[in-house]
Amino acid sequence: MRRGAALIVLPLSACNRGVLDPVGPVGAAEKTILINSTAIMLAIIIPTMIATVAVAWWFRAGNKKATYRPDWEYSGAIEMVVWGIPALTVLLLGGIAWIGSHDLDPYKPLPSKSPPIEVQVVSLDWKWLFIYPDQGIATVNQLVVPAGTPVHFSLTSATVWNVFFVPQMGTMIYTMPRMTTQLNLQADRQGTFDGLSAHFSGDGFPGMNFKVHSVPPQQFAAWAAAARSGPQLDVATYDELQKPSSYVKPLVYGSVDPRLFEAIVANRLPPPISPKTTPAAQHVSPQPPAGHLNVR
Amino acid sequence: MFGRLTWEAIPLTEPIPLITSLVVILAIGAAVVWVTVKGWWPYLWNEYITSTDHKRIGIMYFVLGLVMLIRGFADAIMMRAQQMFAVGASQGYLPPEHYNQIFTAHGTIMIFFVAMPLVISFMNFVVPLQLGVRDVAFPTMNNVSFWLTASGVLLTNLSLFIGEYARTGWLGFPPLSEQQFSPGVGVDYYLVALQIAGVGTVLTAVNFVTTILKTRAPGMSYLRMPVFCWTTLAANLLILAAFPVLTATYAMLMLDRYLGFHFFTNDGGGNSMLYMNLIWVWGHPEVYILILPAFGIYSEVVSTFSGKPLFGYRSMVFATLAICIISFCVWLHHFFTMGAGADVNAIFGIASMIIAVPTGVKIFNWLFTMYGGRVRFNVPMYWTIGFMLTFVIGGLTGVLLAMPPVDFLVHNSLFLIAHFHQVIIGGVVFAIMAGYTYWFPKAFGFTLDERLGKAIFWCWFIGFHLAFMPLYVLGFWGGTRRLQHIADPTWQPWLDVAFVGALLIGLGIVLTVVQLLYSIKTRDRRLDTTGDPWDGRTLEWLTLSPPPHFNFAVLPDVHGEEAYWTRKQTALREEKLIEEPDYKAIEMPVNTPTGVIVAFFASLCGFALIWYIWWLAIVGLVGAFAVLVWYAWRDEHEHIIPADEVAQLERERRRIRKEQIQTWPRPA
Repeated sequence: MRRGAALIVLPLSACNRGVLDPVGPVGAAEKTILINSTAIMLAIIIPTMIATVAVAWWFRAGNKKATYRPDWEYSGAIEMVVWGIPALTVLLLGGIAWIGSHDLDPYKPLPSKSPPIEVQVVSLDWKWLFIYPDQGIATVNQLVVPAGTPVHFSLTSATVWNVFFVPQMGTMIYTMPRMTTQLNLQADRQGTFDGLSAHFSGDGFPGMNFKVHSVPPQQFAAWAAAARSGPQLDVATYDELQKPSSYVKPLVYGSVDPRLFEAIVANRLPPPISPKTTPAAQHVSPQPPAGHLNVR
Repeated sequence: MFGRLTWEAIPLTEPIPLITSLVVILAIGAAVVWVTVKGWWPYLWNEYITSTDHKRIGIMYFVLGLVMLIRGFADAIMMRAQQMFAVGASQGYLPPEHYNQIFTAHGTIMIFFVAMPLVISFMNFVVPLQLGVRDVAFPTMNNVSFWLTASGVLLTNLSLFIGEYARTGWLGFPPLSEQQFSPGVGVDYYLVALQIAGVGTVLTAVNFVTTILKTRAPGMSYLRMPVFCWTTLAANLLILAAFPVLTATYAMLMLDRYLGFHFFTNDGGGNSMLYMNLIWVWGHPEVYILILPAFGIYSEVVSTFSGKPLFGYRSMVFATLAICIISFCVWLHHFFTMGAGADVNAIFGIASMIIAVPTGVKIFNWLFTMYGGRVRFNVPMYWTIGFMLTFVIGGLTGVLLAMPPVDFLVHNSLFLIAHFHQVIIGGVVFAIMAGYTYWFPKAFGFTLDERLGKAIFWCWFIGFHLAFMPLYVLGFWGGTRRLQHIADPTWQPWLDVAFVGALLIGLGIVLTVVQLLYSIKTRDRRLDTTGDPWDGRTLEWLTLSPPPHFNFAVLPDVHGEEAYWTRKQTALREEKLIEEPDYKAIEMPVNTPTGVIVAFFASLCGFALIWYIWWLAIVGLVGAFAVLVWYAWRDEHEHIIPADEVAQLERERRRIRKEQIQTWPRPA
C-alpha cells in the first residue's frame, strides 16, 4: 500500500531534485542548457515519432485509400530536407555546446567580489579528505562552505580514480592519482547537500557519500576557528586514515601539514594497503552500518 | 605445478556461484548425454563443428549469442534485484565483491559475447547470399574465428566456477585493475578471455572486408550492393581499425600485471589517463560496429515489408560511411569530466553531435521508405517501428551527453546507463530480433510463429521502457552507476518499477525459447517451400530455404540495385524464368577441425596464463601454432560437387519457381 501511494506521488517528486534543483550559478547554468537542448530536440523528435506511426499506419497494406508508389525511391527535395533538418539542429546545438563549454569550463574562476575559498580534495579508499590550506584544518566526508562565496577545489586521489560530485552544485570532475584537477563551484543557497563519488572505485564505493553544508560566511569563520581545537592530521593519523574503510562518519582535524596535498600528488606517502581478494577475506568487505535507516 | 590454482579457487562456501555452477554443469551434462543417446555427434561434428559453410557458422554464432544472452540477463536481473533490496538500512543479498563481479560480467558478456556474436552471425549468414557468392573469402579462417570467440566465452564463464571474475567494471580501468588494487585472478580472466576472442573478431573483419571487396556476383558493383552489405563493410573496417587498439591496450595492461611494467600504474611514471584514451579509441567505434549492421537489418526489413526500394539508397550508403569515419573522432566525449580544456571538450562534443546528422537522415529515409508503400505488419516490422520510436529518444539523450556542460551533470550516472541501454537494446537487440525473425525461414525452411513473435516484441518494448525510464529520473537525482548499496530510501519506487521492467524483458527471453520450440514442433504449418516467404528483394531470397551448400548453382548476373527483385519482376512479366544455363561442377572448401583444435589449445594457454601455470601456457601456445602449421600443409583443399548433382538441385528450384510464377500477383 505504501509503495502504491509512493507511485502516485512519483511524478510530483521527480522534478526539483538533484541536478534539477541547483543551488549555485554553475548548476543553474547547466540545468538551463539541459532544458533548452532537450526542448530544441523534442521539437524535431516528437513530430518524427508521430509521423513514423502515422505513415506506417496510413500506408498499411490493407488501406485501399493509400496510393501505392512501388518505384518511388528518390526525391532530391526530400533528401535536402532530411539532411538539412538534422544539420541545422546540430549547428544550433553545437553553438550552445561551444559557448557552454567555455562559459562553464571547470577551471575557470567564478566571477565574484569575495575571493574564493581554497579546498584541496583527496579521494581515499573509500572516503573524502577535504583540506582547507588557508584555515589550516581538514575534514573527512564533510565539506563546509560559506554560502555565496566561490570555492576553488584542487583535487587528486591517493588510490584509484574517483569523481567528485555534488549534484546540486553542478559540474563533477575526476580525481586521479598523481594528477591534480581543478574545479570552481559556488553554493548560493544555505543548506545541506549530498555529495558522492561518481566513478566506481572498488568494494567500498557505495559508502563514499558525504555532506556539503552551505552556511553563512560568519558561521563558516566561526566553524573554522572552532575546528582548530580538533586533533592533528599528521603522518601517523593520515596513515591510519588512508587504510580502506567505508561509510566513514564525518571527522574534523584541527591542524594539517600544509605540504600534505603536494605529498599525496607526488606519491611520496606510503601506498595504501590494497583490498584483499583472497576468498578467506571476502566477507570482511565494507557494509553499511546495520540498524541505521539513513547512513548518509 | 599448478601455479596459483588451488582448491580454494572453487567457491565451496558461497551458495550463489556454487549452485549456479552445479546447475550449469548439470545442464551441459544433460545436453551431452542427450546428444550421445540420440547419436547426433557425427552430424554435429560434420555439419556444424568442423563446417566451413558460412551459413552453418552463422547459425553457431547465433546459438552462442543467444545462450550468452541468457547468462548476461541472469546477471542483469540479479543486479536489479540487489539494487531493489539494498536500499537504506538493508544490505541486499549480494556483498560488494560478488555484486562488482556481476556488473563487470554483465557488461563484458553483453557486448563481447552477445551483441558481437549475434551481429556477426547475421554477417556470416546473410552477406555471401546477398552478394550472390558461395562462401566468404576464407572459409577455414571463418571457422577459426568462431571457435576463438567460443574460447573467450568458455574462459569468461569458467571464472564462475574456478576463481573469480574482474571487479573493475567492463572496461577494466586502471589503476583499479592493476596488481596493486586487484591482485586476484579476476582481471586476468577478463584480459585473457577478451584477448583470445579479439583475435577471432579481427580475423572475422579480415574475412568480411575481403569478401565484400573482392568476391561479388558478376555485375554487382559497389553501388548495387544491398545496404546490409554496406553496413557490414563499414562495421568490419571499423573492427580492423579499432580492435588492434584494444589488443594493444590490453597487452599493455597485461605487461603491467604480469611483468611489472608501468604503463598505467600509479608509480614508476605510469599514466592511467592513457588507458582511458586508448580504451575509448576502441570503445566508441565499437558501438558503431554493433549499430551499423543493425541499421542494415532495418533497411532490409523496412524495404521488404513496405514493398518498395529503400528510399535514398545512395544517401544511406553515404550516411553509413560518414558514421564510419566520424566515429573515430569522438572518443573523448567519454571523459569530458577528466579536466580537459574547453576547446578540446567543445570540439569533441560537436563532433559527437555531428554523428546525429547521418543517423537522423537514416531515420527519415526509413520513414520515406514506408511512405507510398504497402506496409505489412509482420514481426520484423514491429521491431523496426519499435526501434524508430525508441532510438530517437536514445539519440536525444545521446546528444545531451555529447554536450559538455550537460555531461558535467550526468556523466557516469544512471542517466548514462539508461541512454546506452536505450540505443543498444532499442537499436541493436531490436535489430537482432527483427533479423532473426526475417532470416529464420531462409536458414531452416519454415517461419517462426507470428503471435508469439508479437508477444515477444511487446514484452521487450514495454519491459525496456519500464526498466530504463526510471533510471533517467534517478540519474537526474544524482544517482551514479555501479552502486551495490543505495543510501537514499526515496529511490525505492523507481527501483521497483525498473525491476518489474527487467522481469518483463525476462519473459520476452523465455518466450523466445518457447517460440523456437513451438515453431519447430508445428513447422509443417509454416513451411517455406518457395525460398521467398516475405516477397524479398535481395539475392538471398533467390535460393531455396535452406539454401544448398553451394548457395547458387550459377552465380547470378546482377543488373540493378535490387538484383533479385528485378529478376523476379521480369520473370513474372514474361511468365518464364531465365534460360537454363550449363551446370558445371562446383568446388567447395572441405570441412576442417582446425578451428576447434586451435581454440582448444588457445583455451589451455589462456587458462594457464590466468593461473600462472607457465608450462601449460607454453604447451597451449605451441599446440595452437602447430595446428595451424599442420593445416597449412594439407593436401586436400576442396571437394567437388558434380555437375549432375548441381543440375538436379537447381532444376528442383526452377520447378518450384515456375509454379510460383503462375500464382504470384503480377507487377503493376
